[in-house]
Amino acid sequence: MEIAQKMIVILIAGVLTENFILSKFLGICPFLGVSKKISSSLGMGLAVMLTMVFATIFTFPIYTLVLVPLKIEYMSTITFVLIIALFVQIMEMVMRKYIPPLYESLGIFLPLITTNCAVLGVAILNIGGDFGFGLAIFNAFCAGLGFLIVMLLFSSIRERVEQSDIPHALKGTPITLIAAAIMSLSFVGFTF
Amino acid sequence: MLLGMCPALAVTTTAANGLGMGLATMFVLICSNVAISLLKNIIPNQVRLPCYIIIIAGFVTFVKQMLEAFIPWLYDSLGLFLPLIAVNCIIFGRAEAFASRNNPLKSAVDGAGMGIGFTLALLIMGSVREILGSGTLMAGTALAMDIPGFKDEPIILFVLPAGGFLTYGLIIAVMNKIMKKPARDISCETCPSKSVCKKYSDKQESK
Repeated sequence: MEIAQKMIVILIAGVLTENFILSKFLGICPFLGVSKKISSSLGMGLAVMLTMVFATIFTFPIYTLVLVPLKIEYMSTITFVLIIALFVQIMEMVMRKYIPPLYESLGIFLPLITTNCAVLGVAILNIGGDFGFGLAIFNAFCAGLGFLIVMLLFSSIRERVEQSDIPHALKGTPITLIAAAIMSLSFVGFTF
Repeated sequence: MLLGMCPALAVTTTAANGLGMGLATMFVLICSNVAISLLKNIIPNQVRLPCYIIIIAGFVTFVKQMLEAFIPWLYDSLGLFLPLIAVNCIIFGRAEAFASRNNPLKSAVDGAGMGIGFTLALLIMGSVREILGSGTLMAGTALAMDIPGFKDEPIILFVLPAGGFLTYGLIIAVMNKIMKKPARDISCETCPSKSVCKKYSDKQESK
């Protein structure tokens, strides 16, 4: 029962109140770069969600079982970056070999994820919070879900913005950022 | 000015934070540029990206420990974003585009130049947000001052995440207006990582 309660809190925090993009500023580059079309933002969102979950599955045990007993917690950044880079490479190879259709749609986003701060961010946050292994994975999943939802909503807004007539100086990046600001403001509403 | 946005938006709630983050990034940028340009003939081409990642993450860990020991308040306020310097696209982009092709001296100068630009941008963002959002400037340092008018009635919006997006968007818009340049779009053509990006090379092949 207590676990279920914790899970609900994590779900709401990950998707709404503590959203990775809009209140923690993680993963802004793909958020602005790949959100022009709904289809590509769906692909990117799914790829990020998948990587977040698997990155946690690998980094969490390595931190608790290897780094902590050896008292080298300060090596966590290096270790995590390497694990994530390695994992993304392996995932790309496996996908290309065994699930070509999925690779066609998600594959192009995978190299970009290596330097995505949201994935490293979730790995670091998970070891900082007082989660067990299971809850850490669930937390990563919810963070990814929040990322996916915001990507989808934002790409729909952007498809409309592309069509509209806006002042010249605001075209391109500025109007995108201002749209993101308004969206972020609406998500603040969930907090208070 | 479109790279390394996550820290630019997240830590610039005060000018001092922006300055600290900028200097930390600059230090890592210079060190990793020099190290990579020294090692460029030893690192095999196929595994160069993982090698760069290790070098950069190593320097980030160094900076993180130094700050924790000597400037704890900055370490606390930068928090999560300090280790995240390791995946900052600016550092990665310069390593790939410049340091891997030039000598150590040139790379150090390039790192310093890029770092100063990034620090300035963060400082400007931080100042605007701090003045409007909390009515102070450089709070927590020796230069702290209050801004009359904003101190009593701060616009809280600007220290919220939304204010980060808004300030950044407006600053770029003002710069576009001043420079009268056509708006730059975020696309594969303008992406600084395009030389290593698989998506980009696939697109070029299919053309």
